[in-house]
Amino acid sequence: MRDLGGGKTMARYLLLRLADAVPTILLVLTLVFIAMRILPGDPAIAALGDMATPEQLELFREKMGLNAPLWLQYINFVWGMLTLDFGRSLMNNQSVLALIAYNLPYTIELTIVAMILGVGFGIPLGVLAATHRNKAADNAVRGFSLLGYAVPDFYLGALLLITFSLNLGWFPINGGGEGFFDRMHHVFLPAVTLALVKAAFIGRLTRTSLLEVFGKDYIRTARAKGAREPRVIYRHGLRNALLPLTTGIGLSTLATLSGSVAIELVFNRPGIGKLLISAISERDYAVIQGGVVIFSLFVVLINLLMDLVYIVVDPRIRVQ
Amino acid sequence: MTVPLLKVDNLAVEFGPKANPIRVVDGVSFEIPPAGAVGIVGESGSGKSITSLSILRLISEPPGRIVQGRIEFNGVNLLDLPRSEMPDIRGRDIAMIFQEPMSSLNPVMTIGDQIGEAIKLHEDMPGEKRRERVIEMLRLVGIPDPAGRLDSYPHQFSGGMRQRVMIAMALVCNPKLLIADEPTTALDVTIQAQVLDLMHKLRRTLNTAVLLISHDLGVIADVCERVVVMYAGRVVEEADIRSIFRNPQHPYTRGLLQSIPKLDDDRDRLYQIPGSVPLAGSVKKGCPFYQRCSLRIDKCAQEMPPMFSFGPDQRAACWVTAGQADAKAKEVAL
Amino acid sequence: MTVATEHSQLPAPSLAPEPKALSRLAYALFSRPSTIFALAVVLIFVTVAVFAPFLAPYDPLAQSILKINRLPSAANWLGTDQFGRDVLSRMIYGSRNSLIFGLVSPVLAAICGTILGVVAGYFGGVVDRIISRVVDLLLAFPELLLAIMIAAVLGGGFWNVIAVITVAFVPGFARVARASTLAVKQEPYIEAAIAVGVRTPVIIFRHVIPNIAAPIVVLMTLWVASAIRLEASLSFLGIGTQPPNPSWGNIIRDGLNNLFGSPWPIIGAGFAITCVVLSFNLLGDVVRDVLDPEISE
Repeated sequence: MRDLGGGKTMARYLLLRLADAVPTILLVLTLVFIAMRILPGDPAIAALGDMATPEQLELFREKMGLNAPLWLQYINFVWGMLTLDFGRSLMNNQSVLALIAYNLPYTIELTIVAMILGVGFGIPLGVLAATHRNKAADNAVRGFSLLGYAVPDFYLGALLLITFSLNLGWFPINGGGEGFFDRMHHVFLPAVTLALVKAAFIGRLTRTSLLEVFGKDYIRTARAKGAREPRVIYRHGLRNALLPLTTGIGLSTLATLSGSVAIELVFNRPGIGKLLISAISERDYAVIQGGVVIFSLFVVLINLLMDLVYIVVDPRIRVQ
Repeated sequence: MTVPLLKVDNLAVEFGPKANPIRVVDGVSFEIPPAGAVGIVGESGSGKSITSLSILRLISEPPGRIVQGRIEFNGVNLLDLPRSEMPDIRGRDIAMIFQEPMSSLNPVMTIGDQIGEAIKLHEDMPGEKRRERVIEMLRLVGIPDPAGRLDSYPHQFSGGMRQRVMIAMALVCNPKLLIADEPTTALDVTIQAQVLDLMHKLRRTLNTAVLLISHDLGVIADVCERVVVMYAGRVVEEADIRSIFRNPQHPYTRGLLQSIPKLDDDRDRLYQIPGSVPLAGSVKKGCPFYQRCSLRIDKCAQEMPPMFSFGPDQRAACWVTAGQADAKAKEVAL
Repeated sequence: MTVATEHSQLPAPSLAPEPKALSRLAYALFSRPSTIFALAVVLIFVTVAVFAPFLAPYDPLAQSILKINRLPSAANWLGTDQFGRDVLSRMIYGSRNSLIFGLVSPVLAAICGTILGVVAGYFGGVVDRIISRVVDLLLAFPELLLAIMIAAVLGGGFWNVIAVITVAFVPGFARVARASTLAVKQEPYIEAAIAVGVRTPVIIFRHVIPNIAAPIVVLMTLWVASAIRLEASLSFLGIGTQPPNPSWGNIIRDGLNNLFGSPWPIIGAGFAITCVVLSFNLLGDVVRDVLDPEISE
C-alpha cells in the first residue's frame, strides 16, 4: 500500500527534479556565454592578448565563429555544448572533447578516492568528538579542524610531496599511472592531501549534527528500551545525523573538485584542472571554454545527486 | 505486607557544577507493589520527571547526577549495578514512555523496526516470529491494519497513534513496570481519554505495574491506586487515591484539588494557588511550600516538616495539619 | 516536562544594544588565549604589511645569479630562490597582497551583494526572481571554483583578482541581505513608514540597511580569511598576482617549480598563510558569536 503510493510520488518528485535541472543547465551555459563572449568586449583580444596581430585576431574570430551575430553565436554555443561539440584546441588542433575525455577519469578518480578517505576519516573523528564532548579527544579534533580550515591544500600537498615522494621516495613525484595498482599508487598522496582537509570539515559537521541529534527525544527512547551506547550512537544517532551530513558531503565533493585543480598542479598529474590551468597560460580559448563548461555541468550534476541521496536518506521526503 | 516491586528510598538528584549544585530531587521515597499503579503528581519543576528518569538511570551526566538514596527493583539496588548492566534492565524489566509522541520515535526507522528492535535487544527470537509479535502488539494497542502499518514511518501517524506505538514498543517485552512520563499531556482531550483507557486495559491484561507521572490529578485518578504528591523536589504527601480526594492533608494537595474544574462548578474563576514554584534548590531551610501556604506558622519557616502518618495509607509533611490531627498523626522515620 | 524545561529557569542572555555589543566583543576577544594569539598574529601581519619597505632586508625583486637556491643562513633567514631572490623579503612584501585582497574583496562584495539582495528582497517580483535564480545557481559553486572559472576568462593581475574574489563572494552576501530584508520588511515600523508616504530610498537607507547590517558584518569578517586563501590559491595557480610581484601563493608556486632547490620558500610562505587564515577564522568566529548568536553553532 505504502510502496504503491510512495513509489508514485517519489517517481514524480524525481521527474520534477530532473526537469528542473534543464533550465539550470541552460542558465549555466548562458552565464558562461556572457562571461566569455560579451563581458570581455572583444573576446579575440581577451583571448590572444594585446600583442596579437590583426591577422591572428581575424583567424581566431573565424575559427571560433565570432563574426556571426551575437544571437546566432549564442545558439551555436549552446547547441555545441549540449551536443558535446567543444571545438578544437587552438594550440595543437586536438578535439577538446578528446582532451577532456582523456583527463576527466583522473579528476574523477582523485575526487572519489579523496572523498572516500575524507568521509571515512572525518565521520569517526566527529563521532569521537561528539561522544567525548569537551574532553581531550574533542579538543584534539577541534584543533585538527581549525588547522584543516586554515591550511591551504596546495601547501599541504607540497609538504607531503617533499616528504614522502622526494625525500622518502615512497610515492611517485608526478603522473597519473597505468593500470589499477599503479594508478592507486599515484593517486594516494594527492587524495590524502584533499582528504585531510575534507576530514576537518566533515568531522566538525558530524560533531555538530550528532550533538544536535543526541538532544532529541528519540535518543532517550532508544536508551529507555535498552539499546547500548554503540547502537544508540550509530543506529539512531548517526543515522539521523546523515540528513545534514548529506548536504555537507555534497558541498565537500564540490570543494574537492575545485581543490583538485591545485592538487593536480602540485603533483603534476593529468586532470581537468591541470588541463584548464595550462589552457589559461597558453590562452587556449576553446579548451578554457570546454573546461569551464565541464566544471559547471559537474556542479549541477553533484547538486542533483545530492537531492537524490536526500530522498534515500530521509523517509519524510520519500514517503508522502 | 508484600515485597514491593520498586522501592525508591531517600533519592536525591543534583544538577549543575559540583561546587555549587542545584538539588532538584531531595529525599524522595515511595514504593510500587507488583502489578500496582502509582502516580506522581506535581507542577513542572517539582522534580517528578527527574525522579522517573532516575529509576532507569537515564539522567544525562553531566550535568545531572544521583547523589544519594536507593532504587530497589525486586530487591536489587539499581544504583549499585555497573552502568553496563542497565541496558539489560531497560525495556525488559522496566519500560518507559514519554510526553512527546511526536519526537520520541526515530523519524528514519519504520515503526515495525523500532518495536522489533526492542524485542531484538532482549530476546533471541527469529525474524518471522518477531514480526508476528510486533503485529500482535500493534493490534493490542488498537492500531488498525497492524500488518499493513509495519513499514510505515512515524510521520505517517497522528499523535495519538504514535503514543499507541510507543506503548506497544514499551510493552512488547512484557516488562514488570511501565513508567509513563506525562503520556497524555501532548494529546487532544478525546485522544487522551482513549490512551488512558488503553493503559488501564493493558494493565489488567498484562499485569504490568505502572508509575504514571502527570501534573493532572484527574489523569492519575483514572489509572492509579496510590498518589505521590511532589513539590519543589520533595514528596509532600503520599496516599491512596480515595484519601487524597476525600481527605487531603497537605495544604499543597488541597490547593491542587481545588484547582481541578468540576462539572457542578458554580465558581466564576478556578482556584489558583498564589505565587509560583520556587526555583529548584532555592529553599535551603524550612518547608518549601511556606511562601505560598495559607496555613503557615513560624515553625514552617525554620524546620522542614518530616512525613507524618495520617492513618494506614496516608502520609503528609506538614506541621500544621499533623498538629491538628494530633493524636493520630505520628512521625515516620525517613 | 523534560530536563531542559527544568533548567529554563536559569536567566536567559538578553540581546544587548549596539554599544554593549562592542564591549562584549572586546571582552570575548581578550578573555581567551586562542583569540589573544589570533589578535597578536593579525597585529604582526598588519605591521609587516604596512612597514614592508622598512622591514625587508633586501629588495624582493633583486635577482642575483651568485646566490641561487641558498638554504637559510644569517644573511638570508629563509634562504634564496632559484633566481637568487631573498625569500624572507618576498614573503614580507607578499603580505601586502594578502592584506589588501583580504580586506578589500569582502568589503566590495558586501556592498555589491547587499545592493542586489536588498533590491531583490524589497521590490520582489520579476527582479527578485531573476536575481534569486542566478544567486542560487552561483551559490551551488564553491567559491574557489567560481574564482578559477572567472579568472580563466579574465586572466590574472591586480584588478582582475579583486574582481574575481569579489564576484565569488557576492552571491553569499546577496542571499543573506535578501533574507534579512524580507524579514525586516514584515516589521510594523516599515509598513508604517510606507503608509505615511516616506520615500523608498529613505526607507531603504534609514530603516532597512541599518537593520540588516549585523549579519552582513559577520559574513564580512568570516570571509577575510577566505579571501586571503583565495588570493593565495589563485596566485599559486598562476591566475592571481603575477610574477615577479611576490605573493604567498606564487612563492609556493616558484618553490614547487624548483623542487630540487630549497624547500624553505614553500615551508615559510605556507606557514604564513596558515597562521594568518587560522587567526582570522578564530576572530571571525568570535565576532559571529557575539553579533549574531542565531547563526552560531
